[in-house]
Amino acid sequence: MSRHVLMSREVLLSGAILVLLALIASRFPAFITPANLANVFNDTAPLILLAIGQMIVILTRCIDLSVAANLALTGMVVAMINVALPGLPVPVIIACAIGIGALLGMFNGILVWKLEIPPIVVTLGTMTIFRGTIFLLSDGQWVNSHELSDPFKAFPRAEFLGLPVMSWITIAAVLFFSLVMSRTTLGRAFYAAGGNPHAATYAGIDVGKTQFWAFTISGALAGLTGYLWVSRFAVAFVDLAGGFELNVVAACVIGGVAIMGGIGTVAGAMLGALFLGIIGNALPVVDISPFWQLAISGAAIIIAVALNTQANRTKGRIILKRAEHAS
Amino acid sequence: MLMQADHMPSTSGTQGTQGDIPVLALNGVTKTFPGVTALSQVSLQLFAGKVTALIGENGAGKSTVVKILTGIYQPDGGTLEVDGASVRFATAQAAGDAGVTAIHQETVLFDELSVAENIFLGHAPRGRFGLIDTNAMIERAREILAGIGANIDPRTRLRDLGIASKHLVAIARALSIDARVVIMDEPTAALSQKEIEELYELVETLKAQGKAILFISHKFDEIFRIADNYTVFRDGALVGSGAIADVTEAEVVKMMVGRDVSQIFPDRERNIGAQILVVDGYEHPTEFAEISFTLRRGEILGFYGLVGAGRSELMQALFGITRPSGGTVLIDAEPVTIRSPADAVAKGIVYVPEDRGTQGAITALPIFQNVTLPSLGRTSRNGFLQLAEEFRLAREYTRRLDLRAASLDTTVGNLSGGNQQKVVIAKWLATQPKVIILDEPTKGIDIGSKAAVHDFMAELAAQGLAVIMVSSEIPEVLGMSDRVIVMREGLIAAELTGDALTPETLVRHAAGI
Amino acid sequence: MTDTTRVIPDRLQSPLQRRVKSWESLLLAVAVAIFIVNSFMSPYFLNAWNLSDMTFNFTEKAMIAFAMALLIIAGEIDLSVASIIALASTAMGAAVQVGVGTPGLVLIGLGVGLLCGAFNGVLVTRLGLPSIVVTIGTMSLFRGISYIVLGDQAYRGYPADFAFFGQGYVFWVISFELVLFAVLALIYFVLLHKTNFGRAVYAIGNNPVGAEFSGIRVARVKFILFLLTGLMSGVAAICLTSRLASTRPSIAVGWELEIVTMVVLGGVSILGGAGSIPGVVIAAFVMGLVTFGLGLLNVPGIVMSIVIGALLIGVIALPRLWDKWRAHAAKG
Repeated sequence: MSRHVLMSREVLLSGAILVLLALIASRFPAFITPANLANVFNDTAPLILLAIGQMIVILTRCIDLSVAANLALTGMVVAMINVALPGLPVPVIIACAIGIGALLGMFNGILVWKLEIPPIVVTLGTMTIFRGTIFLLSDGQWVNSHELSDPFKAFPRAEFLGLPVMSWITIAAVLFFSLVMSRTTLGRAFYAAGGNPHAATYAGIDVGKTQFWAFTISGALAGLTGYLWVSRFAVAFVDLAGGFELNVVAACVIGGVAIMGGIGTVAGAMLGALFLGIIGNALPVVDISPFWQLAISGAAIIIAVALNTQANRTKGRIILKRAEHAS
Repeated sequence: MLMQADHMPSTSGTQGTQGDIPVLALNGVTKTFPGVTALSQVSLQLFAGKVTALIGENGAGKSTVVKILTGIYQPDGGTLEVDGASVRFATAQAAGDAGVTAIHQETVLFDELSVAENIFLGHAPRGRFGLIDTNAMIERAREILAGIGANIDPRTRLRDLGIASKHLVAIARALSIDARVVIMDEPTAALSQKEIEELYELVETLKAQGKAILFISHKFDEIFRIADNYTVFRDGALVGSGAIADVTEAEVVKMMVGRDVSQIFPDRERNIGAQILVVDGYEHPTEFAEISFTLRRGEILGFYGLVGAGRSELMQALFGITRPSGGTVLIDAEPVTIRSPADAVAKGIVYVPEDRGTQGAITALPIFQNVTLPSLGRTSRNGFLQLAEEFRLAREYTRRLDLRAASLDTTVGNLSGGNQQKVVIAKWLATQPKVIILDEPTKGIDIGSKAAVHDFMAELAAQGLAVIMVSSEIPEVLGMSDRVIVMREGLIAAELTGDALTPETLVRHAAGI
Repeated sequence: MTDTTRVIPDRLQSPLQRRVKSWESLLLAVAVAIFIVNSFMSPYFLNAWNLSDMTFNFTEKAMIAFAMALLIIAGEIDLSVASIIALASTAMGAAVQVGVGTPGLVLIGLGVGLLCGAFNGVLVTRLGLPSIVVTIGTMSLFRGISYIVLGDQAYRGYPADFAFFGQGYVFWVISFELVLFAVLALIYFVLLHKTNFGRAVYAIGNNPVGAEFSGIRVARVKFILFLLTGLMSGVAAICLTSRLASTRPSIAVGWELEIVTMVVLGGVSILGGAGSIPGVVIAAFVMGLVTFGLGLLNVPGIVMSIVIGALLIGVIALPRLWDKWRAHAAKG
């Protein structure tokens, strides 16, 4: 019974996605061919990766508005590393990207943990600082396709068993973090720290430190996405992924992550991202102006949060015996 | 003689035999917070296989002790000893590692996690790659729950359980840690009689396993039933300890309150006037039903009942916080509809809530702003603040209540509990209400302030104000009320006056015996 | 006086004393320092017209920041303000196409702002949804409607007299926007610091439950604050549209974060309950001065954002670091 309740949020969203796909297919059947769906998934990969990190941060009652700026900064740095040292193998580049992203996330985390500055203020600040730093590093110049080495650009597009590596990385991240969230003490600490920080303290969990790790993970994923984004589009510039942080938060909200913390799953975040990704990819196909996308995702966010809030409203204590029996 | 001594099980029966080293002890521990000394030089010993009852009124410092023992607070002075060796619990983790665990409402409450995860949060069994072994965890949770006779599926999400079941989960957690010291903070408060009996058996089991138990309770019957030793605190200081067999209930009560119960309450002239409030057939879908009563000017009407009997819920409906589903309320024979506290205040009903910190006072704002908050319409001109008027009003009412504070500009959070309560009462008196509802008015405040609040209630009634007092303290209910309504499970169980007002009748009606 | 009726003094510290030690004075010192540094760094800085131009960097944002300050003090937030500007501007642009004159445009701008604010307010106060999520949603929704209407097009052709709001000068170098900014600053100062309504805002921000229990109509106050924020976004939309003389759906993009930054830099607690209008006014000047000063030195805007971001974190972090260091020093 309770298992069903636990699953229902994700099941509901999967249902909504299927209905959406059916609607699209009724006008344009080619949209739901496996090849096209794989394409949509690959297009949505960055959003999924970032949404997983954001989900973890929101679980701990924080928010990370700096993810897109982190992505752009890390992307720029690895692009410049590639330009300077074209021979550096891609795995090293990826390790750099994850490391730099994690460091930037740790910076957020330290400010939240040690100085107890509200996360929204911290990440609002670091968002602009990261963007400005890209400018300082690049002098406002773009790193263009012809400057980047071929392996650097080819890696995320390389196909393996019919799917690009970018998709495989995303699938791996989804599985890995599903495992982390359900089967490690850190994963459970994220839920505990956000669900009831007071009780978490009693259970021996350092809430601030848990938030620090959430920001670190979010940063690491943003860094990884930074490399994937830059290599896939073969360009790095200051405004890369500008405003993308709000799409990421939107994906989480649609995915059933409660902004008050403690509620959310990796699957939910992924589904929320896919929902937005499908809409974005489907609009041109079904001949609706892509300019509708923003308004539709806005409406989706509002509907999703209204539904979530209704579902999560805790029932009050029932004092009357007869009411208890009636319910 | 020697023979005889040999036959004695242990000298004082239970206070730990001579030379026994307590598993956990506090020695001369002091803890202060801004403006309050929560604990002053207190000591406490817990022995293996013994239940020690920690007794004291609300605000005596019991919860502070629990927080020190579990590593949430660090003492400012004194020492903590485990097996006679001085230790420091810098974090809750450190206390847990030393085998100290507490069971109270706050221990485990992660609604979104499963029962098994709640039990094993922080010490889950690990399998390959250091991952949590979910199956082992569920299996062990099932064993532990079965061991305490709890029929709960460990995979259930906690939010789907009732309060009593959540409590059992908390106890299961304590057992899962393999604790040496188990602190039970009012463990029976939310339990039914049957569940309480099961808990007693559980305590016996724990004792037999050699665990040291600190049992915090307000209920004397259970203290005298299951405790071996007692320690009494009053106003943050130790006033007595020893074997429970060596004392009587009356002696413990005297230690607790510091004087004979009968002396506390003010004599007052009863000056009961016209009927002012009539509540008829008042009901709420889940909280209360069939509530009908009247209230007269100059009267103090007590509402007694066990915690969770629906008294506060009823009062909050009268005050417009929750919406009743039926019934009528008349004030001065006029039917009134109250949809919000603002409506209630406008009609002359005010409410001093039990939860002072979140509902009563805005602790971050200064005293004068708290006092004038509902009266701004009178102190201001066309919506513009007039500070001089505000200070005048605040001065008038805080003086009447004998408030102690550095200045009227002091933030309320810096005051002691008793003085905070005075600010809340002053706030409502300044609105010149017809009916004042006081919900547990002396909970968590020191004896001195308590007496002041009692005196003041008597004075208000004498001046013709109608007073409703919700209280769970029998002496207070008996000492202050002209008439008492007892509630049980959301219904009125009895209305008592005169000779019918005895501790026994109150308890009988409240418990439904 | 007998000792039983001890008199409690009204105050221990005069309001003046308190003001000297306040956040606002610290911020004012920063503003003055930036002003002095700027005037040494660039010969063009101390020029009346240049300084007047500087004010356009912040006037429109500050108008919204005043209302936003009240909203944040009350414990809510509105991230849709820049999108309200876009929608209001789009509505005005559409009206221009059917020949609506300046008075009509102003009414439409204010009306759309109010409607958007009411929409946010209903979702937050009636349905009880968290404002940060609601306004992230309406942020997409409102601007999304602009995109649906305009796509990659733009509205132009605003009437000549409409230009006054964003380009007109009242007296010498004093622009209409600057005057409006000053008037609104005064109005919001009085509203927050001198009225019952303002007191209710503080009470709600510090403890919404306690405020409700004290007879304050919390939902109503919050709804009014969302209305005010929407209205101010409408006012800013009029000024900005008039200044740019055109409407694109990307108008004022990213302003919401700059406005929140301005409010927080001005000493308003993001957790609610504390803050002042003078603080926000000074923060507006600080941000304007930094942007303008660095601009004169040919430092691009994006780098200024580093300074703003660092200020935002620094002004909050430094006092806390200082406290920690002092506590540490006192112990050791």
